[in-house]
Amino acid sequence: MTKSIFISTFFHIFMIILTALSLPFMRRAPLDLPAIVSVEFIQIGDKTNLPFAPKAKKILEKIKKEQERVVSEQAPPKLVKKEKPDAVPLPKEKIKKKEKIKKNKQNPEKIETEIRQVSEFEKKEIFDPNQIAALIDKSKEETAEEIKKNNKLTQSQDKSIVSSGLTLSEEDALKAQIFGCWSVPLGLPYNEDLLVRIKLELNPDGSIVNTEILDHARMNKPGQSFYKVLAESALRAVKLCQPLRVPATGFERWKDLQLNFDANEMLKG
Amino acid sequence: MKKKIVTIISFFIFFSFNSHALIEVDITRGNLNPLPVAVSPLFIDSTSENKISKELGNLNIGLEISTIIENNLKKTGLFNPLNQDAFIQKPDIAHLKPRFEDWQLIKAQALITGKVEMLENNLRIEFRLWDILAGREMLALAFTTVPNNYRRVGHIITDKVYQRLTGEQGYFDTRIIYVAEEGPKTQRIKKLAIMDQDGANTKYLTLGNELVLTPRFNPTNQMVTYLSYFRNLPRVYLLDIETGVQEVVGTFPGMTFAPRFSPDGKKIIMSFAKDGNSDIYTMNLESREVEQITDHPSIDTSPSYSPNGKFITFNSDRSGYQQIYVMRSDGSNVKRISFGTGIYGTPVWSPRGDLIAFTKLHKGKFYIGVMRIDGKGERLLTENYYQEAPSWSPNGRVLIFYRETKSGDQGEGFSATLWSIDLTGYNERKVETLTDASDPSWSSLLTK
Repeated sequence: MTKSIFISTFFHIFMIILTALSLPFMRRAPLDLPAIVSVEFIQIGDKTNLPFAPKAKKILEKIKKEQERVVSEQAPPKLVKKEKPDAVPLPKEKIKKKEKIKKNKQNPEKIETEIRQVSEFEKKEIFDPNQIAALIDKSKEETAEEIKKNNKLTQSQDKSIVSSGLTLSEEDALKAQIFGCWSVPLGLPYNEDLLVRIKLELNPDGSIVNTEILDHARMNKPGQSFYKVLAESALRAVKLCQPLRVPATGFERWKDLQLNFDANEMLKG
Repeated sequence: MKKKIVTIISFFIFFSFNSHALIEVDITRGNLNPLPVAVSPLFIDSTSENKISKELGNLNIGLEISTIIENNLKKTGLFNPLNQDAFIQKPDIAHLKPRFEDWQLIKAQALITGKVEMLENNLRIEFRLWDILAGREMLALAFTTVPNNYRRVGHIITDKVYQRLTGEQGYFDTRIIYVAEEGPKTQRIKKLAIMDQDGANTKYLTLGNELVLTPRFNPTNQMVTYLSYFRNLPRVYLLDIETGVQEVVGTFPGMTFAPRFSPDGKKIIMSFAKDGNSDIYTMNLESREVEQITDHPSIDTSPSYSPNGKFITFNSDRSGYQQIYVMRSDGSNVKRISFGTGIYGTPVWSPRGDLIAFTKLHKGKFYIGVMRIDGKGERLLTENYYQEAPSWSPNGRVLIFYRETKSGDQGEGFSATLWSIDLTGYNERKVETLTDASDPSWSSLLTK
């Protein structure tokens, strides 16, 4: 009895470790968490009720409000709650920081959700962005610097940003641009997987700092010479297209970007 | 133990959330425009130029080779060679180190440069392939040969460039054998002819006093098998193109059709009619032993081996209409693979092994098409009044076939021409020949 439990537990643990170790996300470079969190805070504030409106309405409203939006009141609680999961796995240091900020809260209206510093931050931002930056500076200097940067960008410009990823229109603009630049090699075999993933490191103006082919090892496998051709065509497309049509704001969000070039649809019909 | 599990699970959760942070954009479309390529004329210094003009007459060999490469690339439909008038940089400097900005300016994405030298009595031709956007060299090779072999060097360079840019073997240093036809339809003179794949260097291999049919290349060397009538009896011949030596493989009673080599070049597979019934036979070229592969009261013809030699595709009317079948090379396990409407014929297995090309007759129109080896994924590439006999390029990407036009009662207006089409079905081109031509067969690469 105990023996079988022991064996069962052993294999379960073994499988969990195996899965954890072999999953592809393990290989990704560690991300700059503080930076990303701070950007997301700004976006949530800016979004207010927009996520429920259709795309067109979103754009109209954006134009109307442009610079004098009062944000925190309209923030839909649901959206902010979504941030919860992201907050859970943060490093301990980060969580501590949040708690500090929570304690500092003075306006009860805004304490609706876990991540209250969003709204507080936004409200203050409207009056004096630099002060806000300084406030956060106390808890962590790095974060503050990032936010300062972002404030400069976001204050003056249009803020069509979804909390994670690009908005549809941003993504469409980028896609349309790259569609035009990518000459798909027509000699590729029909019975192979024709997907190449490229990671880009970008400058704020959309020019490229660095490119990386993610499945690099596949290039040198026998019978996969076409993969090199495909990868090179993708790199050519990116280089031909630069500077990329990236959103004007939220550089921290897209400074690392992954493009999945997929020729399957094109060539197999 | 509980703690451990909790740790592992939380560890797992941590990473799974973490993994969503990188923004991904799927690029599922691109343009199918041919890749813009600049082929700079090959540079040649003045002393070599003098020597070469003694050998080859007044010929700008650098420009000649670059033109051969341009034409080859253009015919693939995958590349767009840019006009040389637009080039900013001189060939000699470009070959050392191109100014990539200059070439980017004219929208080139790849650049081919080269240099021709005369070393003693040999021509030394080197070339480099540059990636303009990445700003680096992709390939550099040099060839040495006798001066009047320069056309082949042009083809070999194209093969190397094609392979580097598309990832598959080229097909430019190859030849095509075909039946050259002259005279009115009722009194055609048919000669065996061979030319480079771009139509240059045509040579006639027979005199034209006997009818010749269905020449086919040996996939391993430059031997050809064909059918010729001698005193009204069809005989299967073997011809060595390099030496011109010709021999009779055998005389068979009754009609013989469509001899073709096995992939190892050691056997010939064909069909012949015995007692009014056509079946498929093979003949071992060393021992001259004949083996019967099919034994069926229907008409089995047009056999073609798979590249690994394990299977044979052929057409048969055993189901009532002529359809395509696949069987093991010993004749067992016969399976019908074509099920569309119409009549199917002349199946030819692709050298890549993944497709079978065929001719299809449906509602009075002839189609050239391909299907997978299980008969699925049938695609008709081209339609015409009369066309047949597809033959694969050695890389399995292009098919060459012939077309005949409709003629009047006396055979006026009749013509037979060679055409090529690639697997996309969009890149259809006429293959220029000196005379009318039919029954083409594509050789393997002359240099591997």
